[in-house]
Amino acid sequence: MKICVTSKGAGADSAVEQRFGRSPFFVFVDSESGESKSVENPLVNESGGVGPRAVQLISGEGADVIITGQLGGNATAALQASGMKVFAYSGTGTVAEAVAQYKEGGLRQLI
Amino acid sequence: MKIVVASGKGGTGKSTVAANLAYSLIDLQPVTLVDCDVEVPNLHLFFNPEPAIKEVFTTIPKIDSDLCTLCGDCGRFCRYGALTVLKDRVLVFEKMCHACGGCMIVCPEKAISECNYAVGRVEYSNPLPGLRLISGFLKEGEVLAPRVIKDAKAAAESDDLVIIDSSPGIACPVIEAMDEADFCILVTESTPFGLHDLDLAVGVTKSLGLKAGIIINRSDGSDEDVREYCRKMDLPVLLTIPFSREIASVQNRGDLIGEKLLGWKEQFAGVYKECLELCGVDE
Repeated sequence: MKICVTSKGAGADSAVEQRFGRSPFFVFVDSESGESKSVENPLVNESGGVGPRAVQLISGEGADVIITGQLGGNATAALQASGMKVFAYSGTGTVAEAVAQYKEGGLRQLI
Repeated sequence: MKIVVASGKGGTGKSTVAANLAYSLIDLQPVTLVDCDVEVPNLHLFFNPEPAIKEVFTTIPKIDSDLCTLCGDCGRFCRYGALTVLKDRVLVFEKMCHACGGCMIVCPEKAISECNYAVGRVEYSNPLPGLRLISGFLKEGEVLAPRVIKDAKAAAESDDLVIIDSSPGIACPVIEAMDEADFCILVTESTPFGLHDLDLAVGVTKSLGLKAGIIINRSDGSDEDVREYCRKMDLPVLLTIPFSREIASVQNRGDLIGEKLLGWKEQFAGVYKECLELCGVDE
């Protein structure tokens, strides 16, 4: 399973980013192998409409689960249709810590 | 001659000025008054018209799911986020779409066409002899105010004297209202807030190369800061409307001071004359 975490930097050691569409990076973690791939978000400085566009980007990477802080209205609508599950992480930890907490069932499901 | 009335700050008296200016000129020549404050239009309240109504449409993309291969090109192209391509379908966010048509061009399968999407209406009436009133109404929850403003203004395209009431602020709807105007009347009040926002609006008129003049409304007599600003910016003060109970009570009944109070019709006609002179137009 592929888990996408919104992140302040590249790599699983980076801090989780609370914003969804304007997250600087998306880190994709393979839950079986533990390997991660980081994608820099090209939408960070866009004027608007970043939520639905980020959903397409993440969906295109084949993510099954997303861990992030908060979602806007349009992002929520797109995610609800996407089939991906979304979980909220409000802590200040790293991507790896957020994934670990998700695996333990410690995160609240948003979608 | 197209005169747009703007302000920056809300509640300074744009509609009062636009309505009274129009009313004060109808004996001289036919006037078309266009309400481009489409989120909260209210010029019709001065005139109680019986309007004809026409809907305003924008276009949004329509995806032919038989042709679409879900390649994602349209979603990556749309900078407004109006299209999201998922694994099994394409989502269209109508309110995000700016109707640029780019998605139709980038689609390699020609799977996208346009369909109409209603965003508001324009009301047309002749409430008084010599006066045409055109009011734009943006639909609740819609965001494409400039689309409605465009249709409202287009209806007055071939009219000789057009007075356009804009919304407050300095964003897209105001710029759309100012577009192709010959002169801009900026209505302000003598408060730090009025002056601050007036300066923003003046910046817009300068960027657009639009000639402007100032009307000071609800003046308590101590307008020195605004007058000093106008001198510095080389902006003529066209009229000063005092802060008076008499004027407020006429206005609060939804009446026109040009009609109900002696001398104001002539004052507004004088403002128009000065606008013509400043534009270098002979009467």
